[in-house]
Formats: sequence, C-alpha cells, structure tokens
Amino acid sequence: MATLKSLKDATLTPEEVASKTGQPLFRVRSGLRELKNAGFVEETEGKYVLSETGKTTV
Amino acid sequence: MKKVSEEVKKEATGLPILGKKAPDFEASTTQGTLRLSDYTGTWLVLFSHPADFTPVCTTEFMAFSKIYDELKKRNVELLGLSVDSVSSHIAWIRNVEEKMGVKITFPIIADLNKEVAKKYGMIHPEQSKTETVRCTFVIDPESKIRAMIYYPLTTGRNMDEILRLIDALQTTDKHKVATPANWKPGDAVVVPSPVTIEQAEERAKQGYECKDWYLCTKKLPEGQ
Repeated sequence: MATLKSLKDATLTPEEVASKTGQPLFRVRSGLRELKNAGFVEETEGKYVLSETGKTTV
Repeated sequence: MKKVSEEVKKEATGLPILGKKAPDFEASTTQGTLRLSDYTGTWLVLFSHPADFTPVCTTEFMAFSKIYDELKKRNVELLGLSVDSVSSHIAWIRNVEEKMGVKITFPIIADLNKEVAKKYGMIHPEQSKTETVRCTFVIDPESKIRAMIYYPLTTGRNMDEILRLIDALQTTDKHKVATPANWKPGDAVVVPSPVTIEQAEERAKQGYECKDWYLCTKKLPEGQ
C-alpha cells in the first residue's frame, strides 16, 4: 500500500519509490511488478504511474 | 558411503563461475515473488540451507539475522533458500521468533522444484540427494558472482568471514587492490603485482612497504 500511495500524483522510478517509502529496492521492484500485473499501476520506460483502478484505490 | 545414482548426479548441474553473471531466477519467497534482477544495484548474499526446523540451520538463520543490519550498511541484501515450501518457511521463522526471540526479516526462497538450487549447484548428491548444502554466493550490483562458499551439512557458517569477505570485495573494487590472508578493514592492502620491468622499478618510488618487488602493501586512508 505504501508503494501505491507513493505514486499518488507522481510518476516515479522504483529507486524513487524506494527512497520515498524507505522500503528496500528489491521489495519495491517486486511490488511494482505485482501491482502492474494486477492493473493498479502502469509502466512506461521504467517509470510508474497509477492506473485508473489504482487511482480509485488510493 | 551411499551410492549416488547417475540420475541424481545429472540433476546436480555444474557450479556457477566466478565473474560470470549469476543465473537469473524468479522464485516464490516469504516476501512474494522475487527475481534476481530485483537486486540490481545492490550486493546480494544468496545462501542455501538444508532444511527448515533443523538445528544447525536455525543457528545460522539467527546469526544471519544478527549481521543483517551490518550487511545493509554495506548495501548488501540477504536472500535465503531451501527446498521447503513457503508455508514451512513461515512456520519456521515464526517458531524462531517465538522460541529464540530472533526475527527473520529477510526473504527465503521456497525452491520446491529445485530450479534455483540446480542453477547454482546447490545440490551435492554425496552430501544429500534431496537437500541443498550450505552455499553462500556473493553477487555484486551488476549481478556478477564475486565469491562462493560451500559448506557441508554438518558445519555452520562463520558470519564474521562473510562480512570480512564483503569488506574485502568492496575494498578491492573501490581501491583496485587485493587483500592478504586474514585481512580485515584497517589492515594494509596488497598492491597488485607489476606486470612489466618498468612497473617493478617504478613501484620502488611509490612509497609502498615492499618485502620484495612482487609483495608490496600500503595503508588506505583512515576509514576506507
């Protein structure tokens, strides 16, 4: 959830999410992958943004 | 000595090679699905243990947990592995916390199909046909294998040596030096041997402490 919240109004790289949330980078990368597979975030060129579903969840 | 079938021997594929890219994987862990590439940019200590709920492994997990903060200070993550299930791992780490008072906060791979174990040569059939031996791989931020330690089932690993190894590798990378036997941070480091006569003569003027032209050491600046 911290990962999802960090993307509210922001487009971030995994490194930026890790820095913002204080989570280890490996956890952020795997979390973003799962969130993307579940349709909560979208990725473009290594940057992540909330999808419409993600926006309604946060 | 028990005879090991050809089939089992075939299953235990070759060992990884120092300096080569570490074999990639995607695996179920106690912290979700993880890939080796999730660790790009950080050092990783990937280690296997024979089985959950066994005595030596329990002492090792408590010991790994104790050095985890020290490892993180060095930009190193820990990732355990055995051929047990995620449920078994969870039950075991809950038990370790409850009975031993030690919280295991790093992930553990549940390698039930031995996919990762085979890629990393963790199964040594003469030790056990079904369990992984005590392997430790140090993988650098570019996913290259930098060091490997293999211990038998009977012998628990030494955490001071794992920290020392990380310190030595990181010092080597940072200062382009080698580290002598029993080196520890703060000790003098070895200057790489010269490869030409000119270099051998040149090093005499560098102010190194030399026993002879091929064995020269130097102190690194304080705190390096």
